[in-house]
Amino acid sequence: MNYETVIGLEVHVELATKSKIFCSCNAKYGAGPNEHVCPACCGMPGMLPVVNKRVVDYGMKAGMMLNCHINRTTTFDKKSYYYPDLPCAYQTTQWFAPVAVNGTVEIETSKGKKNIRIKQIHMEEDAGKLVHDIAEDTTHVDFNRTSVPLIEIVSQPDLSSAEEVEAYLERLKMLLRYAKVAECAMEHGTMRCDVNLSVRPEGSDQLGVRTEMKNMNSIEAIKHAIEYETARHIDAIENGTEVLVQETRRWDDIKGKSFAMRNKETAGDYRYFPDPNLMPVVIDDAWYDSIQASLPELPEEKYARYTEQLGLSEYDAAQLVKSIALCECFEAAHAVCGSAKDAANWMISEIMSILNQRKMTYDMLNINGTSLGELIKLVMDGTVGRANGKKILNAMFEDASIVPAEYAEKNGYIMSNDTGLIEQVVKAAIEAEPKAVADYKGGKEKAIMSIFGRCMKELKGNCDPQTLRTILIDTINKM
Amino acid sequence: MNFYTAKADTAAERRVAVDDMILTKTMPTAAGSRMLDGYMSLFDAEVITRLENAGYAIAGKTDVGEFAIDLVGETSYHGAGTENGTLLSASAEAIKSGDVPAVVCFDVNGSVCRAAAQNGLVSVKPTYGTVSRYGTIPAACSGETVSVMADSTAKCREILDVLAGHDDKDGTSLSEEQCALVKTAAAKPAAKVAVLTNFCEAVDDAVSAKLDAAKAALTAQGVEICEIADEKIAAARAAWNILMCSELCNNVSRYDGVKYGYRTQNFTNIDELYTNSRTEAFGELLKTAILFGSDNLSTENYMKVYDKALRIRRVVCEAFEELFKAYDAVLLPACSRLAYTEAETKADKYLAFEENQYTAPASITGLPAVTAGSVQLIGSMFSENMLFETAKLLAKEGE
Repeated sequence: MNYETVIGLEVHVELATKSKIFCSCNAKYGAGPNEHVCPACCGMPGMLPVVNKRVVDYGMKAGMMLNCHINRTTTFDKKSYYYPDLPCAYQTTQWFAPVAVNGTVEIETSKGKKNIRIKQIHMEEDAGKLVHDIAEDTTHVDFNRTSVPLIEIVSQPDLSSAEEVEAYLERLKMLLRYAKVAECAMEHGTMRCDVNLSVRPEGSDQLGVRTEMKNMNSIEAIKHAIEYETARHIDAIENGTEVLVQETRRWDDIKGKSFAMRNKETAGDYRYFPDPNLMPVVIDDAWYDSIQASLPELPEEKYARYTEQLGLSEYDAAQLVKSIALCECFEAAHAVCGSAKDAANWMISEIMSILNQRKMTYDMLNINGTSLGELIKLVMDGTVGRANGKKILNAMFEDASIVPAEYAEKNGYIMSNDTGLIEQVVKAAIEAEPKAVADYKGGKEKAIMSIFGRCMKELKGNCDPQTLRTILIDTINKM
Repeated sequence: MNFYTAKADTAAERRVAVDDMILTKTMPTAAGSRMLDGYMSLFDAEVITRLENAGYAIAGKTDVGEFAIDLVGETSYHGAGTENGTLLSASAEAIKSGDVPAVVCFDVNGSVCRAAAQNGLVSVKPTYGTVSRYGTIPAACSGETVSVMADSTAKCREILDVLAGHDDKDGTSLSEEQCALVKTAAAKPAAKVAVLTNFCEAVDDAVSAKLDAAKAALTAQGVEICEIADEKIAAARAAWNILMCSELCNNVSRYDGVKYGYRTQNFTNIDELYTNSRTEAFGELLKTAILFGSDNLSTENYMKVYDKALRIRRVVCEAFEELFKAYDAVLLPACSRLAYTEAETKADKYLAFEENQYTAPASITGLPAVTAGSVQLIGSMFSENMLFETAKLLAKEGE
């Protein structure tokens, strides 16, 4: 019998706000233990939560990117459970009226396009982090992450393979990064995923027994886990190797197996109720419209515009739309230099390779697009040679404040039109390389390159290669 | 039991005490619970800052019952204050002894109103949202209110003027304009007062006499008195007990024996640490509230119980709105008797959840209530000045 896998995902994404959801503490990842804490996010009695409006902005924006209906009155609720990383023993989340509901995300796999329905997106606070010290046999609590804003994106059980799950997660990352609401870096834990999975005979309209794997933090692990669980479920159904029960399981990526969690870790009643300290958030038309107006062009829309209006090749356009940071840099550079092709060329052959060399993601691009445009313009109009242009670009990666024209001036990267100087350099080079001259004259055309190189080095690259070449050949021929 | 940090150089009329639900940086705050024994807050409550900025000295703190949900403070871990077997309110004692003319209290379940009524003092529980709750120990957030108990209506008004005002640190704080409405302004006393007769049936003779005296005083001064029964408002008690205990259960869940005050000596793992710390540190009334509240919020009971209580809250609010179309204020008892004995609280452990039938209407609606002449007046939102003027008529009769 053939089986199909039915998968629904709950994806937690940390929002990229400066401050936490209910207090003004820094929400950035990477500080020392308990450096970003205050009495409010530590849950001390007497502190009252006040909603960070930016979190609602981002929640709405995420909802709109995923084609959701935005609830114009959205409320916060308390979810109770005991865990040492949860200082109040309750988490403030959205249970009764989440910010966004009923959306769709289109994915594309080897089998074509498919719409994945989104059940809801709700805003909530993250919990802290337990740090286990094996040497001392103790556990420490780090509250930096407590109250960092999250959204949880809950899909309908519309996914049916590891490939679809990967496409879905990549699409979510792309959309949320385009909207600049989240970093979505699984390696930093700013995107985490719970996988709900069941298996049923193909064509059946009954759902099988569902298991949940929590806190998956890499796409590779998710793919392995889906394959493992699918096989385990089919084995259980066909061969009766075990009785499937609805349960939460932990994926062990090293062992390549899932394990049932202790009942105690999963059982319980969260006792949700509306948080009386947080008034319902009412989203009026002006607020709604301002968020709608701030939505970015989608990757497909950019691609179409780049290829149809700006005349870029399909390859170039596809490279650029991989990241909103690349697109923005490209667009700003284009606005200054006026040539889409030159700008795209610099982005793809120079910037993307520098990023790769530096092991930076595209989203980490820190070059100012306007400065890049100025640089491209300098190279285009012959003020700076291309090789020197690349040196300036590398310097710009180190220091974002560099103004290309000033930097070129200061470092002697301005092209020379002084033919007298060029002739002088050429003359000296010919004298220094009698063998190359003889080879060239003897018919070895390539021999001229070493003299050319010597000249270019002497001129510090500040010479139009064509002009140099002409003067060099003329001078040799006249000898 | 009261504890004071004497500030002898402060003039008597500028001395104010606060109760032990209000966080102070320089004095411990325990909310009457062993669980918070010795707890030092990192910050002052907003009301402390306002009092100090206005030139008042915080003379000290008055004890409260555990999380202020009891009758008049008898469940404090320091033990019940009694005199000849009668329960004493620490805040009321602080005023009656002449130590301070006023105490800023946190009214969670009506103890301030009852204490004022039983000791012939005046108290005001202002409109919800007009005084910041920043820095108050959370118990039942949807209805609890910073209140004032004092020896006169004038003193109550004076202190409320200092406390009221918008605070960005409290998300339920009303606008500055709305808060300003409760500050002292010229107002007329109520012209028409509705006496809620169904609240007057179960009271003892002493309270009956106070009610009769109040009615007589108002009538004598030209106030029209109408007697009406309102069953909808009577539903407030059951609904408030559900909401209060549910919120309380959630709010005290952070006291797990790890970060605050009390920790059990008797544990081998984290579950035992939580369970034994809470079992040993919490008192019986609070434990009952936690169990009741937890049960109300369970998936099984949420719609049947908690959601229904929220709906009853709406019904009670609407019943008051309807009454205030015809009447300026509502008169009802503050308690069923003018003193509680230690013996009866031992015999009936949950008396506090019965006696709060008189205070639940104001708690659940957030409406302002003034207690004077041992009876209670409730008005529409921001009607504090009218209530004080009406209360003054009662006080005159008493003099």
